[in-house]
Amino acid sequence: MMFLILFGSSYLSYVLMAYSSDPLAAFGESTEKNKAFLIKQTIIQLQLDVPPPVRFFLWLRGVVSGLWGQLDLGVTRFGKQPVLEVMGAAIPVTFRLVIASTILAIFIGIIVGLLTAIRQYSRFDYSMTFVSFLLFSVPVFWFAVMLKIYLAVQFNDFLVDPTIPWYAIVITGLLVGFAISEMSGLTKLRYFVLLGVSAGIISGLLFLASASKWFINPTLGIVGVAALALSSGLVITQLSTGLRNRQSLIASMSTAAFVIACYYPFQALLAPSSNILAVVLMFVITIGAAILIGYSVQKIDRRINIRTAILTAIFATLPVVFDRFMQEFQGYYQSEAIHGRPIPTLGQSNDYLSEEQLNSFWISGLDAIMHLILPTIALTLISFAGYVRYSRASLLEVMNMDYIRTARAKGLNERTVIMRHALRNSMLPLTTILVNDFAGVIGGAIITETVFQWKGMGKIFKTALDTFDLNLFMGVFVLGAALTILANLVADLLFGVVDPRIRVRK
Amino acid sequence: MARMKSKKSMNTGSSNGVESVQVEGLSQSKIIRTKFFRHRVAVTALVILIFVILLSFTSSGIHLGTDTNPIHIQGWWPLYITDIDPDGALASICNGGISGCPTMDLLPSFIDGSPMQLGAHPIGSDDIGVDWWALVTRGAEQSLTVMVIVGVLGITIGTTIGAVAGFFGGIVDAVLMRLTDIFLVTPTLILGAIIGQKFGNLGVVPLAVMLGFFAWMGLARFVRTEFLTLREREFVDAARVAGSSNRRIIFKHILPNAIGIIIVSGTLLLSGAILIETALSFLGFGVKAPDVSLGLLISQNQASFLVAPWLFWWPGAFIIVIALCINFIGDGLRDAFDPRQLRTIPKVKKSGRARKSLV
Repeated sequence: MMFLILFGSSYLSYVLMAYSSDPLAAFGESTEKNKAFLIKQTIIQLQLDVPPPVRFFLWLRGVVSGLWGQLDLGVTRFGKQPVLEVMGAAIPVTFRLVIASTILAIFIGIIVGLLTAIRQYSRFDYSMTFVSFLLFSVPVFWFAVMLKIYLAVQFNDFLVDPTIPWYAIVITGLLVGFAISEMSGLTKLRYFVLLGVSAGIISGLLFLASASKWFINPTLGIVGVAALALSSGLVITQLSTGLRNRQSLIASMSTAAFVIACYYPFQALLAPSSNILAVVLMFVITIGAAILIGYSVQKIDRRINIRTAILTAIFATLPVVFDRFMQEFQGYYQSEAIHGRPIPTLGQSNDYLSEEQLNSFWISGLDAIMHLILPTIALTLISFAGYVRYSRASLLEVMNMDYIRTARAKGLNERTVIMRHALRNSMLPLTTILVNDFAGVIGGAIITETVFQWKGMGKIFKTALDTFDLNLFMGVFVLGAALTILANLVADLLFGVVDPRIRVRK
Repeated sequence: MARMKSKKSMNTGSSNGVESVQVEGLSQSKIIRTKFFRHRVAVTALVILIFVILLSFTSSGIHLGTDTNPIHIQGWWPLYITDIDPDGALASICNGGISGCPTMDLLPSFIDGSPMQLGAHPIGSDDIGVDWWALVTRGAEQSLTVMVIVGVLGITIGTTIGAVAGFFGGIVDAVLMRLTDIFLVTPTLILGAIIGQKFGNLGVVPLAVMLGFFAWMGLARFVRTEFLTLREREFVDAARVAGSSNRRIIFKHILPNAIGIIIVSGTLLLSGAILIETALSFLGFGVKAPDVSLGLLISQNQASFLVAPWLFWWPGAFIIVIALCINFIGDGLRDAFDPRQLRTIPKVKKSGRARKSLV
């Protein structure tokens, strides 16, 4: 069925596109002597002697033969390059752009949606509703230009003298503290205590960063890594099993301790000459250790302990990677190619990096990350709004179900009710939305790639439309269609995982 | 339906104003109106939206017709997008040599020394001296026109297809829904871009009409689902036993009950339409110069943001205000049409419970 729909959809696009342009129009005013030859050549190369409704099937033959490894999407209109080659270079670029922002948007969106749902009709809920409606209404290209000016340019200017004035420190601390205490839902005295404590911590950290010029020489060091690893261990334990579960807490804390203990050995592993394999190896080591720890802590609830430990291992190892990238920052910042302006507003990579810098995994990786910052923020915030709305609505729906009342009635604490009974069930409708979003990714990347001048699928697609390049256009379309099929397949499988009532039939 | 609801609310006890209104046995439309007007944010959004629409349509006037046979009704704003005033733009210089700065000064003279005034170009003018307010209001007018045409067409086609598919079911349903899927799988931006390439330079109305033909899919799906459940209801059987024709059942019995879902997804379609139009114009596939639209204005001036930010702020502000208002109105309408909303407004118990959670 899906294939039939895709067939119809691609036929529609092909014919629409073919009739909306005349590839020979460019020759109309040409005065070249070999005009007749060129026309003839174009007709043969693009098979223009076949009318579009039939030509579609010639094109389709090329696509279908992709099933036995001879994918042929035709040639581009100018330059007559194979479409497949042109797309091959662009696909990784778009995916790099899209994957990070999609993951971030889902992660933050679900967390905020969860918080607004359990604090329904609170100030926090209302303000997040307003923010998500606002983000819904903001055109992404407008937002992207704002980011360029107010984030990139201003931050680069700030780096010249990275000291934060004291009033900015105090105000930021108070704002963040205010947001945290609103999220906590505490009242009266405890509310203000939390506000004071969190504002104090944030202001203190900012003051330290400002005084030590952290922004041009960022580092976490073993202290930062330890703090992040232990706190993420606490949060994960609290969310998955609750801190009362001593065994689980021991498992996650010892995993965090293991990561901290391995900080210096890992520095050797992640030497300047290392590459992505070292990072993978590091994750394999920590996750392996986590499994061992989780397994050996206690006999009962082994699975839960192992799961908690693995999650802790992942979130505790991430700071080590960040720390490694930060160590390169100073050199990167001071190098010729950067000119002291590390956050770029255009492009996907810096063309002026030296050969040596390009060969280093860490420097070229840092360069890629720096170029990703702005587009990722833009895409994340725009799609984040949707996830907040959906996950909030879906969770509220689930929270009114009878089985939630049953769960509460049998005395489960609120954490178990929300994390085990409500959140999981509310994820079901989200899976469909998520998968559809992922399939629509290429469409969404067009504008972002235009604004930030990336050379990905969106750029190709725009070129194809600008020059009426039918084959190139359909190439992008086929990729989108293939993604749709894949996404639907994944959705069906995911449903089986998330919802035990659904079994994928063979 | 109203009767059923009032019975329910009597059972739960009427502490809430809307519920007590319902017990009086008012018509459904009146209940919905009451509920909508109690939604303060939505009403504010409605007022702002009407204000923005009036503002942009009256200040740039009505300009229709072809180049050879134009119909012009000048608005209250003295300048139009064809009036070029380089002297006026050069007269207002700021930011170290940038001409065409806003002449508006909202601060009275005892604060900054210069008197409060609007000046010749309150929000500035572009690099050749065309008044920016004229351009922005004209752009807003065009974008709103696109939005309305796309909305009306999308709602009409979507409702028709959804209603026919849902009501008749069987083979009709299967064929129509596969057709919907085919359009749905094709990304909107791709369809829009093809249409824009072909119809963009014909002017706003043909572009909007073509976009409208491809904007009905989501709505058709919702309406179909609604019709599928409604046609099994007793009142439809009763109408059929009484000898009503299919047409009468659809228009008199089912459609009024499905109006909620139509209006709600219709508003979503409207806010989507304005964003799609601006995105297409921004990419160069939508409205083309010399005509203007909000997206086109932003696209033409994104490079000059640092030196002349007003060229960028105002069209963006118009887009955001329009889309935000429509989203809030849609939210209010959804609450108004949702029968479950009655009982969930005071949530004291739940928030008390929530405080204990996750701490």
